[in-house]
Amino acid sequence: MSEFLHQYAFLVVPIIKVAILVLVVLTVDAYLTWLERKVIAHIQARWGPHRVGPHGLMQPLADGLKFIFKEDPMPANVDKPAYFIAPFVALMLALTSLAVIPFGPQKFTLWGYESSLGIADVNISLLVLFAITALGVYGVALAGWASNNKYSLLGGLRSSAQMISYELALTLSVVGVLLIAGSFSLREIVEQQGTSNLGFLSWNLLGFGQGIGFTQIIGFFCFFIAAIAETNRVPFDLAEAESELVAGFHTEYASMKFAMFFIGEYTSMVAVSCLATILFFGGWLSPFPASWTFTYYVPSLLFIPFGLWMIYDGIHYENIFGRIVLPGIGTVLTVVGIALILFPPANHLLQGLFWFVLKVFIFMFVYIWMRGTLPRFRYDQLMSFGWKFLLPVSIANVVLTSAVILWRMH
Amino acid sequence: MNASLAIFFVLAAVAVAAAVSLILQRHPIHSALSLIVVMVALAGLYLLMGAEFVAAVQIIVYGGAVMVLFVFVIMLLNAGEEEHTNFSRLAAYAGIPMAVAVAGLIAAAITRSTLPPAPDPTALTSTKSLSMLLFQDFVYPFELTSFLILVAILGAIVLAQREGN
Repeated sequence: MSEFLHQYAFLVVPIIKVAILVLVVLTVDAYLTWLERKVIAHIQARWGPHRVGPHGLMQPLADGLKFIFKEDPMPANVDKPAYFIAPFVALMLALTSLAVIPFGPQKFTLWGYESSLGIADVNISLLVLFAITALGVYGVALAGWASNNKYSLLGGLRSSAQMISYELALTLSVVGVLLIAGSFSLREIVEQQGTSNLGFLSWNLLGFGQGIGFTQIIGFFCFFIAAIAETNRVPFDLAEAESELVAGFHTEYASMKFAMFFIGEYTSMVAVSCLATILFFGGWLSPFPASWTFTYYVPSLLFIPFGLWMIYDGIHYENIFGRIVLPGIGTVLTVVGIALILFPPANHLLQGLFWFVLKVFIFMFVYIWMRGTLPRFRYDQLMSFGWKFLLPVSIANVVLTSAVILWRMH
Repeated sequence: MNASLAIFFVLAAVAVAAAVSLILQRHPIHSALSLIVVMVALAGLYLLMGAEFVAAVQIIVYGGAVMVLFVFVIMLLNAGEEEHTNFSRLAAYAGIPMAVAVAGLIAAAITRSTLPPAPDPTALTSTKSLSMLLFQDFVYPFELTSFLILVAILGAIVLAQREGN
């Protein structure tokens, strides 16, 4: 067995990593829907889901079961092959985009095969991501066209036109980062942001102390707006403007096929947040200078109070199930926090992952926050904003960054 | 048989099958989808040769931009299924013998020629050397091409404007 593993480690290790990542991402997606409903509810002074499980924590499970057991009717006169593959394309591309994202700095060796945190560590990972984004239009366009429904078609056309328009700004907005890093590899882009001992000041967003670096705040501005448009989220969710188009391209989809579009959308949100973190916010780098070793206790400082609060909150919960589950989760968090203080090697190992996940979480929160606060664009506003404002600004950022780099090199 | 050869045969088979399906499909959208599969399979072949940059660009430009335009136009025109016509007599008497003859010629040429030694794959495939070629050695033809594209863009705008008036 061990010999077999050593011989085929190059196959076995990636398969294990893929399985873990897919499980984690699907769970995260499910709980993002819970977080979204909860946060928006609180923004709108409501409670949000609170019936299924303590604080509605079992709601994603209930939703998942509901999706599985729903009837999956096929409307009349649909284009069967296209109707069938569209949700698969949407979900598959969204999941594939996570394959090239590095989640942490560590490299480890398993059965004699060197591997890193993240599935594939290719040196053109950013290009691979853009290639996947370029193909992402098909899921939406095909679903809209194949459904044989006017609303679907209009929604599909709208959102594919939008994705094509904002793809240009998205690609051009990261050129500044590429010029500074001189590489397409996401790992190298992160590592280059940590070369100085300035903490968050040396991230590409601000760009201090990097030699030829230059602030990419304009680039980030363009990237984030284009990324929201690319993932079809508020305020750019014209594809599913329910007051005009019922539900847009997925009107005719039910059951698991609808769930696949849904999971695909949330997975692309996660992927885009990871990308923003890596390109502009230093990836897994801590916001504090590397020489401040006491900041290694920040994860514990976050875990222990939150865990203790959960225990306190849980024992006052209204039903017996919540009084068991919530303090249970709180205890686990507290124990993890204390363990991180007691075992410095484990703490050291988790630092990168902790900061990465925290930054991605903040981006996800901003996504949800915007959904709770911003109204939707009108279609012509969306197009003129993309072509007449965002694209010129991102081109200007490329010119400006190249000029500064050229000037600093001489 | 090693792994890369096996992958080559799988990708090549996918590309050929999709190309055949492109011709045989009746609906334009299905043909366009088959063409996308051909493009992606070709990108896989480039990747197998170690040309990562070319593979990514192949998907971004051909698989993404160009084919999205195709699909878009077909959807907007709402092109329906094509009807099969009777086999034309010209195709039967002239086309098939010609096709066989051309295929024979190509096969003969391939079997008789000796292939030149394969160039060093690392020389051309890395992103850096490729951009060096594009922006240093062939910078004038490259800029000329972009000028040509600019003319085409202007032409498209002029045509669209005339339609509006």
